[in-house]
Amino acid sequence: MNPLFGLAEKKILVTGASSGIGRAVADMLAAQGATVMITARNEERLQTVLQSLPNDGHHYFCADLTVDEEVKKLAAEMPVLDGIILNAGMVKTVPVQFVKREDLDYMFNLMLHSSILLVQQLLKNKKLKPGASVCFISSVASQKITIGNAIYSAAKGALNSFTKSLALELAPKQIRVNAILPGMVQTAILDSGVVSDEQLQIHLKNYPLGRFGQPHDIAGLTVYLMADVSQWMTGSLIVLDGGYTLK
Amino acid sequence: MEKELFEQLEDILELAPGTVTLSDTFRDYENWDSMANLSVIAMLDDSFGVHIASQDFKNLITVGDLIEEIKKRTA
Repeated sequence: MNPLFGLAEKKILVTGASSGIGRAVADMLAAQGATVMITARNEERLQTVLQSLPNDGHHYFCADLTVDEEVKKLAAEMPVLDGIILNAGMVKTVPVQFVKREDLDYMFNLMLHSSILLVQQLLKNKKLKPGASVCFISSVASQKITIGNAIYSAAKGALNSFTKSLALELAPKQIRVNAILPGMVQTAILDSGVVSDEQLQIHLKNYPLGRFGQPHDIAGLTVYLMADVSQWMTGSLIVLDGGYTLK
Repeated sequence: MEKELFEQLEDILELAPGTVTLSDTFRDYENWDSMANLSVIAMLDDSFGVHIASQDFKNLITVGDLIEEIKKRTA
């Protein structure tokens, strides 16, 4: 294999790694040779993920990224990293008229503020190598709007703008910053009944490839973004949606 | 509680005051759409402290079912 496509000897941090997209990302990065640092709130689930990862040398760090002190502690504990995937997120569908201040604060805190502050702390602690790759998991919801998701879309839209700003600021250090904008991905969030089966079946008709994404679909692109082969890509917002935005 | 629910539904669905009854099939109201669906779920949470998933909400058919669900979950 061309080493440009491999992740051997790369140390990569994955947030929100205890389930869904984050777990699949950690698994695929490890399978491609990376040493993976996984973080999330739930220690038990993190241990399960850690044990299931291919190859050795990985570590888990239990942290609530909505708490500033825990972000600082996590950044301080990290080794010098070759890459980071910022994936912590949530879904709450509610019309604007019923949005509560606490929901607004929590969603922006989790999906935007925590990612910004974690990157900031990693930079302050000099934990991102020159040539490192930063990847945010945003959403196609930032560009294609659906009813009830205004706050989610707004937070992801802000994340897209931050991606580009950070890319420009870090370019002199050869640190690359990109975002993946997935369409609907089949994770436990969907299985929880937040959206009914009927609503999902109707929504599925908007996907030309005939299925929602699977977490490994997103993980595959993170391998490319973490590998040296993508070293000229920065500030890009990459739509990965099974053709959803074609319609 | 009934009166408050009726008023909330009339507000969300832009119905004339006093038109909602217990036996109404709420999805048959003229202004019912996906936004109304989300708004009623959010209203149940906001006004009555009843958090209900879409998957469960679809099993409620009449305004009376909404009342029973609120009673059951706040008992």
